[in-house]
Amino acid sequence: MQGCSIAVSDLACRRGDRILFKGLSMRLASGEALQVTGSNGIGKSSLLRIVAGLAPAFAGTVETQGNIGLVDERHALDPGQPLGKALGFWQRIDGAADNELARLGLSDLLDVPVRYLSTGQKKRAALARLIGQKAQVWLLDEPLNGLDIHAVELTETLVAEHCTAGGIALIASHQPFRLGHMQAMALADYAL
Amino acid sequence: MSGRIGPLLKRDLARLLLGGRGGGAIMPVLFFLSVAMLYPFAVGPDAPLLARTGGGVIWVAALLAAILPLDRLVEPDIELGMFDQWALRGISEELVIAVRVLAHWLSFGPPLMLAALPAAALLGLDGETLRIVEIGLLAGTPGLAALGVTVAALTAGLRGGAALSGLLVIPMAVPILIFGAGSLGMGGESGLALAGAVSLVLLAIAPFAGGAAVRAARG
Repeated sequence: MQGCSIAVSDLACRRGDRILFKGLSMRLASGEALQVTGSNGIGKSSLLRIVAGLAPAFAGTVETQGNIGLVDERHALDPGQPLGKALGFWQRIDGAADNELARLGLSDLLDVPVRYLSTGQKKRAALARLIGQKAQVWLLDEPLNGLDIHAVELTETLVAEHCTAGGIALIASHQPFRLGHMQAMALADYAL
Repeated sequence: MSGRIGPLLKRDLARLLLGGRGGGAIMPVLFFLSVAMLYPFAVGPDAPLLARTGGGVIWVAALLAAILPLDRLVEPDIELGMFDQWALRGISEELVIAVRVLAHWLSFGPPLMLAALPAAALLGLDGETLRIVEIGLLAGTPGLAALGVTVAALTAGLRGGAALSGLLVIPMAVPILIFGAGSLGMGGESGLALAGAVSLVLLAIAPFAGGAAVRAARG
């Protein structure tokens, strides 16, 4: 996972007629993690989508190196399909990979249609999809929402392992996310 | 890239052809057959009249049947975040839309062409008319599929998008209908050729128009 980076300079984000934040600059290199904090509606998710290249920046530039994986509130798993098949679709797209299903506690749920899974189970399934993608840059939007205490610890461990292996994690969350050497950025500092 | 078309097409076919909760290809076919069955009840059992107008009824029924699955074509995948995940993996919206046009056509074109056989019997069409109807459907339904996916992408995320997409498809399908159904009367072969030509134009435009619409809907 060498050679991944995120470089954001003088970024501004507009949503509708409002400028959510401006003048935001940051730089993340291989192995680093950053948590973006802030109250609801301040633009955490928008920042992640801009970094992912899914939304246009109002001003400023974003440069990323490495494959980007995104986990947000939309799990991208077919609700009508059993979990195993829904994850299998992404495995075929990403190339066969180990999704760490047992570790995420999903092994017993593979026959259950996705729409019957709980919020936390869907979140864990989305993490399995992310792990299978083998992306170097992880963008996690509220990764702890709906997770029980064990799953929270597991998620923190997974992100720590990802960064130890040289990956980048950019986490948007208003909840505390325990991770050694993690930088923090309060989006409110850049809000208008 | 070619390694990704397989999984995409397989998933689309599982959703559109086999169905799940939407009923898959069965619903348009049943709808098509019920229209063909209702028509003789409505105009009466006048065999020459039925035989003369039956081909056109099959065309109108095919057009309406093609509209049925429109709201399941694009919008659910935008809501699920599938398009975001594909974009992150470098799979373009254009490729996804092109694959979806193929899957949509496979899920209603060939089934309708098969269902046209019992429909032709219900309406008392002769063999020659049936032959022209079948060739016309083969030429015209790919265009209807392309049009349907494009409009579904354009209206994804709009309130009342399902009803709106039906209203938008009908006027834009008029050229296919005129040339396809017109081939039954005067014009014959040239009508079929023009229906095919309109189909090809729509097929060429659909991936780009649909892909741009999906990106615009992402906002």
